[in-house]
Amino acid sequence: MKRRTSWVPTLVLLLGAVYCLIPVLWVLMAATKSRSELFSTFTFLPGSGLWSNLAELTAYRDGVYWLWMLNSALYAGVGALLSAVVSAVSGYALAKFDFRGRGVIFTVILTGVLMPPITLAVPQYLLLAKVDLAGTYWSVLLPSILSPYGIYLARVYAAAAVPDEVLEAARMDGARELRLFTSIAWPMMLPGLVTIFLFQFVAIWNNFLLPYVMLADDGTFPVTVGLYSLLQQGASRPALYTLVITGALLSIIPLIALFLGLQRYWRVDLLSGVVKS
Amino acid sequence: MAHTRRLVPHGFLAPAIVLFGLFFALPIGYAAHLSLHSMQVKGLGLGRNAREEVWVGLDNYATALADPELLAGAGRVLRYGAMLVPTMLGLALLFALLLDLPRTRFRAFSRLAIFLPYAVPGIIASLLWGFLYLPSVSPGYFLLNAAGWSGPDLLHGDGLFLALTNISVWGGTGFNMIVIYTALRAVPPELYESARLDGCSEAQIAWRIKIPLIRPSLVLTFFFSTIATLQVFAEPMTLRPLTNSLTFTWSPYMKVYRDAFVQGGLHSAAATAVVIAAVTLLLSFSFLKLVNRRAAS
Repeated sequence: MKRRTSWVPTLVLLLGAVYCLIPVLWVLMAATKSRSELFSTFTFLPGSGLWSNLAELTAYRDGVYWLWMLNSALYAGVGALLSAVVSAVSGYALAKFDFRGRGVIFTVILTGVLMPPITLAVPQYLLLAKVDLAGTYWSVLLPSILSPYGIYLARVYAAAAVPDEVLEAARMDGARELRLFTSIAWPMMLPGLVTIFLFQFVAIWNNFLLPYVMLADDGTFPVTVGLYSLLQQGASRPALYTLVITGALLSIIPLIALFLGLQRYWRVDLLSGVVKS
Repeated sequence: MAHTRRLVPHGFLAPAIVLFGLFFALPIGYAAHLSLHSMQVKGLGLGRNAREEVWVGLDNYATALADPELLAGAGRVLRYGAMLVPTMLGLALLFALLLDLPRTRFRAFSRLAIFLPYAVPGIIASLLWGFLYLPSVSPGYFLLNAAGWSGPDLLHGDGLFLALTNISVWGGTGFNMIVIYTALRAVPPELYESARLDGCSEAQIAWRIKIPLIRPSLVLTFFFSTIATLQVFAEPMTLRPLTNSLTFTWSPYMKVYRDAFVQGGLHSAAATAVVIAAVTLLLSFSFLKLVNRRAAS
């Protein structure tokens, strides 16, 4: 059999790759342009203003941009960590125990995936406002912990990765149930839990609706809502556009790094087969 | 001992159940409650307790459904979805099939580059494309103008649908491509080795063997893409500062937000939100039922 390169498929894929890289390359170039260069020079050539743009962004309202980045890291990091833990214990219980109501609980939690976020966010805001939590870090963190999807994945993963015989043998030896989970099931489920953590991290980092509804003080904003508020002010003050552009570039760097660094944990294959069940 | 053993799974499930109760069940119940009530002025309308919540039955629903903006918004979202879902999934399937071909080159690079937009929040993606749609900063317009043409207006009228569809195609194709590609990799190659030896073209193999085998993944991606489409919010919200032709009620989601937080009409917003949830659930369950019935027969 001939092993020549098939050029048509290769070129079509490269075309797709170029299309996906265009906005990223554009923002990379645009962030290097000074205010006057932005509207006057060809956009795929670098400018001379990168350092002044960075300095200006850092100086903007006493460095509020970096606070937004920290907030995003906090919401996504802590939220995804708690989410992975809750998914792990729930998935383990649903996969490894036979009890009345198991099917009902699982179905009800899964239905949560289908609930429109806006139908949840408005009453969540009003209820949290009643207990004085609206506008605080908690108001974004708490609703992000339960991930029906994460529980589903953890259940699939626990069923596949934790053998019943091992659990039974440890039970015979008199191990307590909590210990069974922490010292046997948890380590076996860990690779799957990293995947759940990553998916939930991206979901929270990319979320706009929930923090936009919940937060009013820009000191608590994640970077998505922060840049949005900056863009809105930019509509009347185009001088802010260079800040928005520089901020947009910096905001996508952490996620791309996370993504390239942990490539082997992006187990999309875990997602397949949802329809089968 | 046997008794305590029986409660073990419930103990493990307790955090999830509590969170579900507090952040799913309770808010939905509260939305339903709000949707059936209204604020009414009591007496002369003076003083702190001058307004009280009264039961109004289905009045809010009647008002919500009679509002032509809701229906128009739903129509706009359907039109956007009809453009987005086939384009995005068509491209995702095409790219996945090309990646699965034995003699394609630069596969790792292309796969990574096409998956990259998944790491970009919708709000940032809209922001980047929004600037690329602005004739004064876009390289596309720069080149078109240099050639003596004026580009299409993507920020007004029908162009907006194209603008929004493009943002979401850009953001969603890679993820769906990976889901489909993973399904393709799970198919044992022996299944089409003999077809290849019999002289079938790769296109025939893709159409006759691969696509039928990965149907569950295609159904899955279609289902979740459609749901995500109905929830479009961040993208039109981001484009709004760049154009004057995107109203605050462009999509039903935006209308709920405006009614609740800009106009302070919590009760009517709740009714609209409940209608959106009911329609979403109805569509989802009928779709899943249809799929299961077809799978069973």
